[in-house]
Amino acid sequence: MSAITAAHISKSFGEVRALQDVSLSVEHGELFGLIGPDGAGKSTLFRILTTLLLADEGEASVAGHPVVKEYKKIRRKVGYMPGKFSLYQDLSVQENLTFFATIFGTTIEANYELIQDIYVQIEPFKTRLAGKLSGGMKQKLALCCALIHKPEVLFLDEPTTGVDAVSRKEFWEMLQRLKEKGIAILVSTPYMDEAELCDRIALIQHGKILQTDSPARLRTSYTHPLYAVKAADTYRLLKGLREAIYTRSVLPFGGFLHLSTRDIMDPEQIKNDLDRKGFSNIEIKKIEATVEDVFLELSETDELKTATR
Amino acid sequence: MFKVFKAFVQKELYHILRDKRTLLILFGMPVAQVLIFGYAVTNEFRDAYLDIYDQAGDHMSQELVQHLQSSGHFQVNNMIRSDKQLEDGFKAGTTKLAVVIPVDFASDLSNGKSVSVQLLADGSDPNNANTLVQYASTMITSFQKERLDQSENPYQIGVQTRMLYNPQLASAHNFVPGTIALILLIISAMMTSLTIAREKELGTMEILLVSPLPPLLIILGKVAPYAALSFIDALLVLILGYFVFDVPIVGNLLLLLAVCFLYVVAALALGTLISTVSKTQQDAMLRSLMGLMMPSMLLSGFIFPLASMPKVLQVLGSIIPATYFIEILKGVMLRGVGFDLVVWEVMILVGMTVFLLFMSYRNFKIRLE
Repeated sequence: MSAITAAHISKSFGEVRALQDVSLSVEHGELFGLIGPDGAGKSTLFRILTTLLLADEGEASVAGHPVVKEYKKIRRKVGYMPGKFSLYQDLSVQENLTFFATIFGTTIEANYELIQDIYVQIEPFKTRLAGKLSGGMKQKLALCCALIHKPEVLFLDEPTTGVDAVSRKEFWEMLQRLKEKGIAILVSTPYMDEAELCDRIALIQHGKILQTDSPARLRTSYTHPLYAVKAADTYRLLKGLREAIYTRSVLPFGGFLHLSTRDIMDPEQIKNDLDRKGFSNIEIKKIEATVEDVFLELSETDELKTATR
Repeated sequence: MFKVFKAFVQKELYHILRDKRTLLILFGMPVAQVLIFGYAVTNEFRDAYLDIYDQAGDHMSQELVQHLQSSGHFQVNNMIRSDKQLEDGFKAGTTKLAVVIPVDFASDLSNGKSVSVQLLADGSDPNNANTLVQYASTMITSFQKERLDQSENPYQIGVQTRMLYNPQLASAHNFVPGTIALILLIISAMMTSLTIAREKELGTMEILLVSPLPPLLIILGKVAPYAALSFIDALLVLILGYFVFDVPIVGNLLLLLAVCFLYVVAALALGTLISTVSKTQQDAMLRSLMGLMMPSMLLSGFIFPLASMPKVLQVLGSIIPATYFIEILKGVMLRGVGFDLVVWEVMILVGMTVFLLFMSYRNFKIRLE
């Protein structure tokens, strides 16, 4: 029995279709990432799975219980960390933790070994009010509160948004350790680089899941030749490459442009072409696709499909 | 389960004690409201000033002026000499009441001719004008009676008025019960609706819902501290009324507190009901101000008597819990009546409370929408 299963979930808010025919499953001891931009429907899916919202269509079950009928049982077994920081800002770190431990019918001591790794980092600030903590500390405290009752399934809705790079890295390391304890973790994030840290990911946009697979398999599913290109004038380069006949697609990625071509080409060949067109400081190399390349590729084809329909 | 409840109440107390604004509303407002109603918003007047336009200037008119001042309520401000001065005084707003004594006052009076003393009052402030005129007429009548007693008119009807339960017609007797009703409503209904709305606004309600807590416990845990605090406030108002404004508590104190408790429960249920339809604190605040405070202040008989209102407003007034609560309070506090005489009002209040409790329990959402 999977820790989470969702089958053909749809949900609308008035005219807005927040989720359309979403299916996924997460196993025990699996770290599953829901990857997509803001407004893709991630939080809505989280709320349906945590029994806070009712789906219009479809079925879901968490920890072996259907989300509608046995919502009370689910509420005992899951830990939930909403996207917005949702602890009591006017209570201290320790007061927050004690409160959440008590309402779940347990104590900090009883489950201390589970949160120990995380709690030792915030312990020096235990008398500080939660509202006065830094972003990273807040997230660690929220994670502690979500874990204090030893949940079977952990829902983390954008836990690293607004958190500095170092804290983000630490946070993911903690998730890896939790996973090893057999907890199923569903985590959402808008950051594509975090996708690599999950066992499996689902790419989601406009309420639809584009693809579900392990990050490695998703990357290798990208079959087109891909090159990272850079030149002095990035904007002119983007326009120039869009017009080139060998170009399938070209998209900006940080300082580079990712160029996908129709056929396999020698990077020198492209460089010569750009030289001829008057670009300077050209850098070009063949690269492997990242999850983001896959995501953009999939979302573009999906949009084309939707537009032509 | 009791441990969970205790933790909840403790958490709620932290919220209250750490927020200066909440504390101010909880304890500053009752005191401020009692003092404002007691000292500022009052229909009584002390040391009212009046102007005398004595056209007669004889011994009798002087005696009348003396008599007017003898009660201690009036002080002569100005002796007016001309019609123009009289008009100027009213226009400038310095004259509120002028007593015009006609020429030949003494001789006409002793000759048995009818004499009229004119009372001129500034009608732009009708309440004040009315009270002043009433006081002045009473004084003039008593003056006439004193004089006539000495002469030989055998037939007269004496009117003796006594205001029972509130002999001085002190407005404190009216506003203390009214203020208790309002304070309990604000603390119980508004504050609880605000605190529940705050959990929704901050997102903590999401976590509370995704926990094993039964909805009933969430509500109880949130309202219990406010119930206790509003009770303290009710006592505070009673004590202030008793010691500062001499409002007596004639009836049974236990009955009084029991009725207060019933009303608090009704108000808490109202607050919870409001919070089930409000998403934000602002929303909850507006709903409680417009939907509870205004009607309870205007239509409960606290400020304006219900009996003189149009039928529609009377019906509205009759579905407001505060109407019955104030009625009971006045009965028990001022007239000292027992349970048997307020049983009808109490029953209505109980009915309303049960209905509101049921509605707020039914409307409490176990999910987000």
